[in-house]
Amino acid sequence: MLYNEPSPLETRVLSFRFGLPNSATLDTYLATRGYEAFRKAAGMKPEEIIEQVKISNLRGRGGAGFPTGMKWSFVPRTSPKPKYIVVNADESEPGTCKDRVLMENDPHQLIEGCLIAGLAVDAHAGYIYIRGEYRYLIEVMDKAIAEAYEKGWLGKNIQGTGFDFDLYTHSGAGAYECGEESALLESLEGKRGIPRIRPPFPAVVGAFQCPTVLNNVETYCAVPAILRDGGAAFAALGVPKAGGTKMTCLTGHVNKPGVYELRLGFPVKQMIEEVGGGIRQGRKLKAFIPGGSSCPVLTAKEVEGATMDYDSMAQRKSMLGSGGVIIMDEETCMVKAALRIMRFYAHESCGWCIPCREGTTWLRKILTRFHAGGGTRSDIDLIGDLSRNMLGRTFCPLGDAAAMPTLSIVEKFRGEFEDHLNGKPCPFERAGEMVTA
Amino acid sequence: MPDLVKLTIDGKAVQAAPGTLVIDAAKMAGIEIPAFCYYEGLTLQAACRMCLVEVEKMPKMMTACTLPVAEGMVVRTETPQVAQARKYTLEFLLTNHPLDCPVCDKGGECELQDMVFRYGAGESRYTEEKVHTPEKQFSPVVFFDAPRCILCFRCVRICNEGMGVGALGVIYRGVLSEIAPNHGDHLECDECGACIDICPVGALTSGIYRYQTRPWEMQHVGAICTHCGDGCKTTLGVRNNRIIRGNNRDHSGINGEFLCIKGRYAFDFYDHPERLQAPLVRKNGKLEEVSWSEALDTVANRFNQIRADGGTFGVIGSNHTTNEENFYLRKFAREVLATPHIDHHRTGDVTALVDALSGKTGRMATVADLYNRKAVLVLGADLAREHPLLSFQIRANYRHHQAHVYAVTPGPVREDKYAVASVRVASGGYFAALEDLRARLKAEPELVIVFDDSFKGPDVHRLVEFGESLGIPVRYICLVDYSNSRGALDMGLVPGEGGMRLDEMLAADLSALWVVGANPFKGTPGVPGSVARKARFLVVQDLFLTETAEQADVVLPAASAYEKSGTVTNTTGEVQRLKRAINTMGAKPDLEIMGFIARQMGAAGALGPWVPETVFAEIRRTVHGYDIPLPEIDTGGAAPTTPVNGRVTEAGGPRPDLIRSDHNGLFASGTLGRYSKVLNSVLEGRLDR
Ligand SMILES: Cc1cc2nc3c(=O)[nH]c(=O)nc-3n(C[C@H](O)[C@H](O)[C@H](O)COP(=O)(O)O)c2cc1C
Ligand code: SF4
Ligand code: SF4
Ligand code: SF4
Ligand code: SF4
Ligand code: FES
Repeated sequence: MLYNEPSPLETRVLSFRFGLPNSATLDTYLATRGYEAFRKAAGMKPEEIIEQVKISNLRGRGGAGFPTGMKWSFVPRTSPKPKYIVVNADESEPGTCKDRVLMENDPHQLIEGCLIAGLAVDAHAGYIYIRGEYRYLIEVMDKAIAEAYEKGWLGKNIQGTGFDFDLYTHSGAGAYECGEESALLESLEGKRGIPRIRPPFPAVVGAFQCPTVLNNVETYCAVPAILRDGGAAFAALGVPKAGGTKMTCLTGHVNKPGVYELRLGFPVKQMIEEVGGGIRQGRKLKAFIPGGSSCPVLTAKEVEGATMDYDSMAQRKSMLGSGGVIIMDEETCMVKAALRIMRFYAHESCGWCIPCREGTTWLRKILTRFHAGGGTRSDIDLIGDLSRNMLGRTFCPLGDAAAMPTLSIVEKFRGEFEDHLNGKPCPFERAGEMVTA
Repeated sequence: MPDLVKLTIDGKAVQAAPGTLVIDAAKMAGIEIPAFCYYEGLTLQAACRMCLVEVEKMPKMMTACTLPVAEGMVVRTETPQVAQARKYTLEFLLTNHPLDCPVCDKGGECELQDMVFRYGAGESRYTEEKVHTPEKQFSPVVFFDAPRCILCFRCVRICNEGMGVGALGVIYRGVLSEIAPNHGDHLECDECGACIDICPVGALTSGIYRYQTRPWEMQHVGAICTHCGDGCKTTLGVRNNRIIRGNNRDHSGINGEFLCIKGRYAFDFYDHPERLQAPLVRKNGKLEEVSWSEALDTVANRFNQIRADGGTFGVIGSNHTTNEENFYLRKFAREVLATPHIDHHRTGDVTALVDALSGKTGRMATVADLYNRKAVLVLGADLAREHPLLSFQIRANYRHHQAHVYAVTPGPVREDKYAVASVRVASGGYFAALEDLRARLKAEPELVIVFDDSFKGPDVHRLVEFGESLGIPVRYICLVDYSNSRGALDMGLVPGEGGMRLDEMLAADLSALWVVGANPFKGTPGVPGSVARKARFLVVQDLFLTETAEQADVVLPAASAYEKSGTVTNTTGEVQRLKRAINTMGAKPDLEIMGFIARQMGAAGALGPWVPETVFAEIRRTVHGYDIPLPEIDTGGAAPTTPVNGRVTEAGGPRPDLIRSDHNGLFASGTLGRYSKVLNSVLEGRLDR
């Protein structure tokens, strides 16, 4: 199912099957060049596959943007241990909802991506770790996997290539932290979802103590296109250091929210105005989050001239992240936005390390009180101070993810905090259209 | 030895072995890096973030507890950024901490207090409501106060990794994360209290110690656990002549910080209401309380009369009393009472082992060997239940050195979890099982063989033959029960030429039977049920009115191991010192009682002073293998004895049928265990379920 009309400005490489009749079935997949890349890869040497992925400039779509070809090359392919392919389908970053449409509309593309990764690193089993709330997607994936087994696209000696590969789905239990790769692996092994100490990295010691390739759904979904049409063609779609397209989730106060596949380097202004149909009720942009709630918030001024790619966002001291764009218009209360974000992180902190466990809840409490009119001037500094002192000190990036947006909001929108002082009611309350907390 | 890595910490040049963690390298250089979750010997967590330090060329601060040293590394532990990080971490930690130090058991010896004192902020900026949850009782021993918990996960790890139990875990998440017991609302575990001891704050507290005292009001006395044969050192916390706590936080002794429930808590029999506080003499068929002088006179007069009449004395000694007491008792029996009829309940065939190893030296393994040697073969015993320290050592050896463990036992044992081979045998099946393992054992570089009373007499010889045929260095441990079984044997509480054994004495028409610290009328091997006394005069020295004492003519109340000084020898033949922790009302140390009897008999001159130090000096001079270095044991350590290096034969030939271990589990300790409140409460707690 699709949740929005496609836009003519899209470059549909991963999503070109969306909207086709029975797009999730093997028949449709095979009729639209499906598994062609796998056949091609099966005739290539593993190094050649990895080389194509490197040429494609594909960077991880889960948020961190690590070059995928390089990650695959870290796997000790000759290790006597089994190797595993793990798909991060935990998609829980607020504002992000692209993996779900990829799995729902084209599950075989993901399966094919896994098979090619398996060929590249000599892995013969894979796990798709699916966010617990995406229960219906587990059914979608299981159905596609069953179909693939039935028609010999999974299992022993796949299509006579001599390559064996088994694929399983695994349900998460509702923890955002289990999207963090090492916590995901713990959870996959049936343990509490707590991150692991790194090094060693999953490529060397991953699932069940074995070398593991762990990527985001979208990352794997890009692989068939890369192998099919060549890494160079994929690279050419994007910007110099990042190839291809990005599934972009346009959320918040735009007229046409939805998931759109845009080339990397797509101008932000055009994305909001033309792809998203502009801001609702013709209002002005106040704040912009490029890729999920973990990214520092940018002001309307800061995003002027920005493009949707890693470097452009890094120049603005934010991140491209997961592609979960959040648009906030001028009627948005930024105190409430900060509160809403912190409520999420305080709820999702796994509790392992002190600064995140205690810091997120403390900030949540201050922001709650502050937004309700109980704030003091020193609270404004305290919010910034606590955020700064969480940054870089926590065990995993969730602590940073909580601190960065908060810090950016309190620094960039200090005036709005001051407007809430002295028991004054929230100045945006009357608009009745703020982000719901 | 691999080349040392050179690095700089706070401007100091430091050298450390490759793989050393920065936190340890700093410690060696005398630089303290604060830590909550790092705990030597347990897995790394990197959770508390207290140990963050600056490392040149690293973009962020690093946790010193997970960072291995590297050549040329430059570490700074006292920069403004580091100081600020520590201050904030502590501030975060205190946000939900109740700060109820004035009523907290840990107040005064709390790591959180110390850290805040040293690194924390002077004032709090936290004005929000704190998370609060009510206190919980996990078991008779373990209480948990979640708000005080700093989530360092030490308890979880010591239970899982150290104890091999894994009874503690974490539930919920974020700020609501909480330590929880394995059975939902309660614990089913070893009740060892290690989790309580390792807790840096007052979150886990013990049912025995809680709210009893402020820590600084106690005096600390090093004693040796009186229960099993492993001989753990336990530091007793004493206040107003009462023992309030047992632990071993200074990690001294053969056991480091290890103690099982018995060593940590089961000292509590000492003030049991049934504890004898005055001597008893049978008058008109009934035992009546009398003064010490009347009781001692009664014994001395009767003993002298029997001597004069040429009557026969039988003497039964103890597995619990000190070497000094056993030595003095033997001397008393042989020289004053002139009897060869002396024995004690033997719980393992050490004699056969020493005999089988004659001509060889250095073949008795120590407790430390179980941690250091490359392979261990466990035969028969369920160590985790019967010899908790030895089990702990082997587990630690496996965790830290990947030792190869072989378990050949009648039933499942905890060692199965990590053993390279677990074999189940029926009695009599041991040697077949050993033959099956021969090739694998031969391939080991070295081996410690631990066996219990499944091997006696000829079987011990056969076992040693097997061990010696492997062609690798093999050391042995013969398991025995109770704190001084080895000492009883070494001090010669065995029949002399023509002397009667334990069972024979019970059945014989003796003029007098003198039982010191034993309960032979109940559960003597080969003697079913309770024994009716045959001896015409029965004198018993004990803490309680045991089945044997009940039938006595004179009962002399004895001091417990914690109420006297002396030495004991554990199952591995290591000698340790007991220091008197408290004085007893009414009771006297057995050595003193025997000395007084000798004096009243007019025989004290032959036996010398009944002062532990003097007797021990004589032991060092005269008992083979006990010429041990004094500084070693005087500083709370253990000194291994060296057994006779020649054939040891028993007068009258071996009697393997008399050798039997009581196989006390974790919550039992022979007669003594019946008087421990904590052991009973754990057992009752289990029956209730
Ligand atoms: C708190 C946290 C949550 C995360 N959640 C997700 C997620 O839901 N999906 C995802 O693909 N990556 C997530 N990541 C990133 C992963 O750790 C990892 O970098 C990524 O899955 C690697 O795949 P990629 O290289 O294909 O991006 C998360 C990271 C953190 C720190
Ligand atoms: S930063 Fe710490 S508490 Fe927060 S999610 Fe990561 S490990 Fe857990
Ligand atoms: S008392 Fe011992 S066995 Fe029980 S939970 Fe604590 S550490 Fe584990
Ligand atoms: S109970 Fe004590 S040892 Fe266990 S996690 Fe909490 S503070 Fe640490
Ligand atoms: S292991 Fe034995 S010696 Fe050690 S504390 Fe337990 S009973 Fe006492
Ligand atoms: S001691 Fe290093 S993080 Fe806790």
